Amino acid sequence: MADAAVVVEKLSKHYAGPPPVDAVRGIDLEVARGEIFGLLGPNGAGKTTTVGMCTTRVVPSAGRVSVDGIDVRADPPGARGRIGVVTQFNTLDRSCTVSENLQYHCRYFGMSHRDAKARAQELLETFRLTDRAGASVMALSGGMAQRLQVARSIAHRPVVLFLDEPTSGLDPQSRIALWEVLGALHDEGTTVILTTHYMEEADRLCDRLAVIDHGEILIMGTPEQLKRQVGVETVVTLRLDGDRAGAVTALSVLPGVDRAEVVEDEVLVYLAEREGPLPGIVQSALGFGLADLAVAEPTLETVFIQLTGRALRD
Amino acid sequence: MTSSVTSGVSEPRTVARSTARVSYRAAFWGLIVRDTRVLSRSMTQFLLRTVIQPFLFVFVFLYVFPNIGAQIHGPGKSSFGTVLLPGLVAVAIMFQGIQAVGLPLVNEFAQTREIEDRVMAPLPTSLVAFEKILFGAMQAVLAAVIVFPMVLFFPNANVHPHVNFPLLVAEIIVSCLSAGALGLAIGTGWNPRQVPLIFSLIVIPITFLGCIYYPWAALHPIRWLQIVILANPLVYVSEGLRGAITPNIEHMAWPVSMGVLIVIGAGLTWLGMRGFRRRVLD
Repeated sequence: MADAAVVVEKLSKHYAGPPPVDAVRGIDLEVARGEIFGLLGPNGAGKTTTVGMCTTRVVPSAGRVSVDGIDVRADPPGARGRIGVVTQFNTLDRSCTVSENLQYHCRYFGMSHRDAKARAQELLETFRLTDRAGASVMALSGGMAQRLQVARSIAHRPVVLFLDEPTSGLDPQSRIALWEVLGALHDEGTTVILTTHYMEEADRLCDRLAVIDHGEILIMGTPEQLKRQVGVETVVTLRLDGDRAGAVTALSVLPGVDRAEVVEDEVLVYLAEREGPLPGIVQSALGFGLADLAVAEPTLETVFIQLTGRALRD
Repeated sequence: MTSSVTSGVSEPRTVARSTARVSYRAAFWGLIVRDTRVLSRSMTQFLLRTVIQPFLFVFVFLYVFPNIGAQIHGPGKSSFGTVLLPGLVAVAIMFQGIQAVGLPLVNEFAQTREIEDRVMAPLPTSLVAFEKILFGAMQAVLAAVIVFPMVLFFPNANVHPHVNFPLLVAEIIVSCLSAGALGLAIGTGWNPRQVPLIFSLIVIPITFLGCIYYPWAALHPIRWLQIVILANPLVYVSEGLRGAITPNIEHMAWPVSMGVLIVIGAGLTWLGMRGFRRRVLD
């Protein structure tokens, strides 16, 4: 990639333990300027460690990260000047008000008192926090606190914004509001790297994403590319009260069925065409105590299941 | 939500990005400004934690004791107030390190994580740690400036200082930086569950065995104790200030007390910086 905002090469992190853990195992990726890039994977996949190494907080065991051409390990302050970070936790400065959280952040990044104040005012308006400007950050709701954290992370106009599970624990309304903010940042050309274990979030927000599990990238591409590579048109999800293994055997041989498998407590049936084989599937499943049925196009969840044999949700 | 988040203007894709390197000095100054604001907001708390302990000391030892016929005298012909003055200034300095740097850091690392934004500021991590030492030292200076006149002018204190100002300034600077370094070492080395232990294992022993109520030389009848407490940094702060404020009372030669304090302060700084990096980097 000629003009990459972030380049990750053979990045690894080994924790000596006990127990010893290879949290990240030789990840390579490049993120283009202006791209929203997602790291999708279950909890413990190595997403947070990867972001930690990109944002100077985790020292890599091997490999290299550069952000906007700056080697993160060789020049952490230089890298920190170019990135914004929103972690999984509320890290707002509790000794300061909402407005001061933004102002002092700007001061840390070299702005004058006047510029910092003006920038804070601007962000409070943009993020609809003006009426809370003088409040303690401890009085904010979860959604508002997260908005303030995002506002703070972009206050110094970073080249790349890292968000680690940004919508985890948020109510649906706050989640959608945050997606709108990220969409606006994208429109402005900010490079965004986010981790998530919500496939809907990854699908909706990301230009490209990498599916990560056990510290390795399993597949990388646009959401459409990833879903296409599953090679099926429709996924039928069945909840059965009866013998699931027996159902898989029976369903697999039906015409139009590509394959069927048990994933956790459900039976997934993959169809090469849209809806033709459905009546036959229902007929057959009734014999195995059909309790519930859902028909959908393949999702990123389907991709993950195909790659790992496990569901993504925790 | 408006369509323009980063720039605050409505022209898309014209956002000027932060690519210029921020000077470390500007970032460091930002940290100082933040801490000053937080301190100014909690000034009452600062004054209470600074004043109450030394006030109670002088109240009990210089007012209550004489009035119940239990007057304490200093060594030789010196008054007990004269012994106490440098000692109480010393303890005020040392405890600012623990209270202003150590205890808040224990919480910030383990629970609130509110130090995160400062750690992610564009300057080396060691400078973020040093700012903690420096700002703790500034609070220690403030504490010394408050406690000194309070003891000096306490009714019946009968204090006879002979202040050597250049030496006093030097002693205050070295003592306050050492206190900040002690705070950093404690703040990065202990977790919240151990806070009660900080009081039992550090605060109380260094106070009682810190040459606050007696000069070090006066301990010669208990030789083993005189030697054991040489491990206590507060001894060198008290003795150094004694040399600068009340030189008529027997005290360690200032090059010795200051020299040892500089070595201890440097050691605590190294320990604190290392602890800070370990807590911040994974």
